[in-house]
Amino acid sequence: MARVLLFGPLRDLAGWRERDLDPPPASIAELKQRLAAEDARLGEALSGKGVQVALDQQIVRGDAQLSARSEVAFLPPMSGG
Amino acid sequence: MIALQSEPFEPGALLTRFAKGRSETGAVATFTGIARAEQGETRILELEAYPGFTEAEIGKIADEARRRWRLDDLLIVHRVGQIAPGEPIVFVATASGHRREAFEACDFLMDYLKSRAPFWKKEHGPAGARWIEPRPEDYADAARWDAEQETP
Repeated sequence: MARVLLFGPLRDLAGWRERDLDPPPASIAELKQRLAAEDARLGEALSGKGVQVALDQQIVRGDAQLSARSEVAFLPPMSGG
Repeated sequence: MIALQSEPFEPGALLTRFAKGRSETGAVATFTGIARAEQGETRILELEAYPGFTEAEIGKIADEARRRWRLDDLLIVHRVGQIAPGEPIVFVATASGHRREAFEACDFLMDYLKSRAPFWKKEHGPAGARWIEPRPEDYADAARWDAEQETP
């Protein structure tokens, strides 16, 4: 089971903030494909300009393998405080 | 110390506690940011953080401030959740031997917090809600410190 978190405008677009995926996707790329298959607009937004991906609270660039306990967060451009 | 909290805070109380018992510090500088009503355009400000990640990212910039200036201590308190106009939203305090370092570190921390800290901000007003991004001035303010570091 991998946990997915959405922040800011992505949360509004998807209509959810947090989800557990079981079985967990093997990679971030597969995770994106799975979400895009359900919701094409969300899929597009996840790969949109300025969206960063954090795996277990560390920013990752490109793809990465996931484990059963991974937490993947999609971070749209940050607004500052 | 870095703290995110959904409850309102009282800046005076934070300053009193922060400044107490410092016989060698010499200077404490503080900044309090207050949520603006924007002439009625903003009824509620909603600030979202990524618990754990947001504190860690702010921690990195606090470490950078400690590298640049001789600080005895620093405190950053930031609200998250729903904030009403007029309520304090952020409080930064820096303690140093002398005022210049305390002022500059406080200024630096605020420029970073306003432009690069991992928060997502939504304004709820009479016309609905909208997500806000930093203003060009916020980026320009933060970039001042980049330029300064490159100067030999």
